[in-house]
Amino acid sequence: MKPGSTSAACAALLRRDLTLIWRRRGDALNPMLFAIIVVALFPFALGPEPATLQRIAAGTIFVALLLAMLLSLDTLFRSDLEDGSLEQLVLSPHPLALLLACKIAIHWLTTALPLIVIVPLLAQLLHLPDRVLPVLLVALALATPLLSLIGAVCVALTVGMRRSGMLLTLLVLPLIVPVLIFGAGACNAAQTGLAFAAPLLWLGAWLTLALVLAPLAAAAALKISLT
Amino acid sequence: MHEFLAMGGYAGYVWPAYAVFFLMLLADALAPLWQRRRSLRDLRARLARQAARKSTP
Amino acid sequence: MNPLILWFHKLGSPPYFYRFAGRWLPWLYTLALIAGVIGLYGGLVIAPADYQQGDSFRIIYVHVPCAWMSLFVYAFMAANGFIALVWRIKLSETLAMASAPIGAAFTFITLVSGSLWGKPMWGTWWTWDARLTSELVLLFLYFGVIGLYHAIEDTRQAARAAAFLALVGVVNLPIVHYSVVWWNTLHQGSTVSLMGQSKISASMLWPLLTLTFATHVYFFASLLARSRVALLELESGKEWVRALASATEPNHA
Repeated sequence: MKPGSTSAACAALLRRDLTLIWRRRGDALNPMLFAIIVVALFPFALGPEPATLQRIAAGTIFVALLLAMLLSLDTLFRSDLEDGSLEQLVLSPHPLALLLACKIAIHWLTTALPLIVIVPLLAQLLHLPDRVLPVLLVALALATPLLSLIGAVCVALTVGMRRSGMLLTLLVLPLIVPVLIFGAGACNAAQTGLAFAAPLLWLGAWLTLALVLAPLAAAAALKISLT
Repeated sequence: MHEFLAMGGYAGYVWPAYAVFFLMLLADALAPLWQRRRSLRDLRARLARQAARKSTP
Repeated sequence: MNPLILWFHKLGSPPYFYRFAGRWLPWLYTLALIAGVIGLYGGLVIAPADYQQGDSFRIIYVHVPCAWMSLFVYAFMAANGFIALVWRIKLSETLAMASAPIGAAFTFITLVSGSLWGKPMWGTWWTWDARLTSELVLLFLYFGVIGLYHAIEDTRQAARAAAFLALVGVVNLPIVHYSVVWWNTLHQGSTVSLMGQSKISASMLWPLLTLTFATHVYFFASLLARSRVALLELESGKEWVRALASATEPNHA
């Protein structure tokens, strides 16, 4: 049997993953609820003064979104491993890195994008100044794909484990420290009226680099985990 | 000697730093010894079990 | 074949390595101990007190060698991890995984001794300085490697996965370091500078170099000891390990 073209395989994979997520669309809301709850906890802990909340708003939203994504990373390959389709992907004649890139793209579209959509709401909860909001959105648009890509490499390493939740956090968090520093740094710079382009450009540069390297690394990691 | 131990008033910082250094490295040096002993003991127990199984068919 | 290459190939065989390490271990431990005692005597007794920091500067003799070791061990671990992944040499996997706990120990000592030095000098146990933060991230990377190694059942697969993580960390470490430097200078001028710019005098320097030598030798000693045990467990089904186990008397082992 002649295998189909690579683009057809990618399209089929995208369609299948989207269908699977659509069937369990209730689960897709969980990261959003998680982020809202985390953000809502901060006024309880720090007091409701708008000045205090305004100062920490951008960083809090950033951390809340990163944590929400981190919790959802675990499911990236979980169901595929359980039903055996992950091994099919590894064995398929198409480049594994490309197929994984499709899966990572789906993960970003279904978890990060909804989170970014609710950011204006979160910003209102914490009284984020209006002029910072666009910077925050751009920073998140660059930082969340980075997290999906870096996270995918770590998930690929832990994929065979029964309980990988805490370990995954331990692996991912040190790797995304720079993303957090630069993303939240851009927002803080915008808030204090400083130039904020440089950190965003850095994030963009790393995103470009990660787009190329992370799928390859994830493919290599997955092959190690599944041997 | 007393003056030496006082470390110019910084004894409370200098000696704990050295203590951490020595305790960590001591623990690090003892860990393989201890583990070697344990794994050899496990291995001997396993060999003994296998020998016992062979001798009683 | 070139005798050096031949020796290198022989070293890759676990029973040979086990005997080789066993022969060298006592000498390495002794050398590390002697160099360490000389260095400590020089640092604690001979070296004069710093004119600015007084006697508290003597923490440098544990802090700086360990800080250098924390980076050296990581580089060593990653290099061995690379060899293990590319050429699939079993000994490199073992060496990479054996160095992780030693590196974590050195990193931990660096953080604690740095904290104990920071309190009298800067007036605080911890500051979000670039070096401190990068060192903390390094500790977490070590923990990640160790955690991943212990979480996977199959030892060889675990070693390869953890080696891969160590390699990813190598890419990340410079990024973390420079991002943190950048992050700090954006918000505040650097108010603290480690050691100032004072040129260190020869009487202060030689104990430092001696201790650095001692920690390197100690690292290789500990590495050999740990690799020996790891090989023993990895090869527990093989004939040479059985022979070894039955040769050692229970009360002497």
